Amino acid sequence: MALGIFRKKPFVPPPAIEEAALRSDRFRLEREEDWRRLDHIVTRLEKGRIGSLSDADIGELPALYRTAASSLAVARETTLDADALAYLEALVQRAWFQVYGPRSGMIAWLRRFLGGGWSAAVRGIWLDACIALAVMVIGTVVGWLLVAGDEDWYYALVGGGMADGRVPGASPETLREFLEGQDNAEGLSAFAAFLFSNNTGVSILAFALGFAFGIPSLMLLIHNTALLGAMLWLYFEAGLGLDFVAWLSVHGTTELFAILLAGAAGLHIGRSMAFPGQRSVLAAAAEAGRRAAVVMLGVVFMLVVAALLEGYARQLVHDMQGRLILGVSMLALWLAYFFAFRRRPEGEAP
Amino acid sequence: MSARQRIEAREARVRRTMVTPEGIALPVMLASRGARFGALLIDLALMAGFMVLLAVVLLAIGVNLFEAGMEDNGAGEFIVVLYVLIGFLIRQFYFMVFELGARGATPGKRALRIRIAARDGGRLTAEAVVARNLLRDIELFLPLTFLTTSGDSSAANLAATVWFLVFALFPFFNRDRLRAGDVIAGTWVVEAPRKMLAEALSLGAGARGHSSATGARYAFADRELSVYGEFELQALERLLREGREDALVAVAETICRKIGWQPGSGDERAFLEAFYAQLRARLEGEMRFGRRKADKHS
Repeated sequence: MALGIFRKKPFVPPPAIEEAALRSDRFRLEREEDWRRLDHIVTRLEKGRIGSLSDADIGELPALYRTAASSLAVARETTLDADALAYLEALVQRAWFQVYGPRSGMIAWLRRFLGGGWSAAVRGIWLDACIALAVMVIGTVVGWLLVAGDEDWYYALVGGGMADGRVPGASPETLREFLEGQDNAEGLSAFAAFLFSNNTGVSILAFALGFAFGIPSLMLLIHNTALLGAMLWLYFEAGLGLDFVAWLSVHGTTELFAILLAGAAGLHIGRSMAFPGQRSVLAAAAEAGRRAAVVMLGVVFMLVVAALLEGYARQLVHDMQGRLILGVSMLALWLAYFFAFRRRPEGEAP
Repeated sequence: MSARQRIEAREARVRRTMVTPEGIALPVMLASRGARFGALLIDLALMAGFMVLLAVVLLAIGVNLFEAGMEDNGAGEFIVVLYVLIGFLIRQFYFMVFELGARGATPGKRALRIRIAARDGGRLTAEAVVARNLLRDIELFLPLTFLTTSGDSSAANLAATVWFLVFALFPFFNRDRLRAGDVIAGTWVVEAPRKMLAEALSLGAGARGHSSATGARYAFADRELSVYGEFELQALERLLREGREDALVAVAETICRKIGWQPGSGDERAFLEAFYAQLRARLEGEMRFGRRKADKHS
């Protein structure tokens, strides 16, 4: 089979130009060789076999593309050979995709992304991030107040499965058990991997729901933070408030920040679809979507970090101070990266 | 409505124009929903096949470890973690990595000859590819996961089904057949045509009016050529390229009747080649003066 694919096609010499009876066919025969060369180069590029092309071929690609494009423009006005026109249209389209295709591969793009593209995108949605932050704070406060007013709310918010013994009226000892660490790392990596897939699901949901004008994104944020508020109330009532905050902050500063950004990204899309301004709704959605997608890739990365912190660091660091310091310094690190690190990504207009 | 108008109306629904920076208007054809669904099925099958293979390999390694008495030193856990992480990477990045490649298509799309492109005719950016594939998660994977894990709860099943249908039917409710991810990313899915260049048709003696079989010479008067337009010319071109004998005979007869010639037999190919070349010469000559004749009715 391999032989059949890699064997070169037998070379057929092009017919003499004078043989053609029609003027438009003579036009075509004069240029056919250039078209075939372009076809050959484009086919190789599409197969990802750049190595088999000489430097001269690659250098000639733009010129050959323009020749074919202008041939097409002329042919449309002078020839009725439907086959040649269809071939030229397909060829120019394929060459166009190669000449104007995605410039960078995955690796080069990743370097640009970490070296400034991500933080620029995060700064680009600052307004949405502020709204998301406000919503999350409100959600926490509401959760606290609801449970403080009526303990039944706790069961409604947290649910039986997740509470797992952490219910109003539980003894401080029971509550403290959850905050204890472990002495070795056994079983933690599976835990971290599970947390990561789970959290990523939630944040992608928060982002993608922005599609419905951002309202479900906000509701998701409120629901999750109301749960947090309820838990906070429970531990403060038991006199373990600071321990709980320290326990949470190890990964929580990273994870909550990531969820905030995911919600903000969703909100960004929803907001630009609801208020597109001068642009069409579709154009506005596309522009916001591309920026939000960059933020979201970063969110996935942050959640990897959060899962590692939650799975390992939190279980291995026991004392309250150590946990607090770790959590706060992670937060400072993210803030510095997003807002103080302002190198402009290459190839982007200032 | 003539045959030409019917064909054009059908094409107009899927035909979009993309203007290159050189100012050349390139037609692109939207990919059919069926082709896109087929491509998705192929891609999902590839992903599932790979995951099953991976599971078998990892399981075999795990069993070997267990038999060697090494089950409690963390190696088994490492295998589980590996599986979860590779599963995650495949699910999130399979589409992205392939669509960022030179063909802008996953293996499934490649098999069905479609690809993604930027809607505004500009460069397809990595951000757009990322955005359209992040949305795939809520369009497809999340509702399916819900459906398989929600158990017997009929309300949850209903919600997941509605959710799934909203996104699955999305391409049916807009002109450009966009799915939600395409809307967000500013992309669309188009056909990626690959065509070989066939031979020019006016090369042989037939095109000059000589019949090599009978030695006859065909020359048509302007009046005889003026009955047909570009649409008929292109139908004749297809016919000559396909070269089916019975069709050639039938068409030669029709043309003879139309222009009032006595149909001879046995020399249809030479007759049609001559007619094609002279009709095309006439229509192209008119074209150079800006006069075009779309079909026999105009």
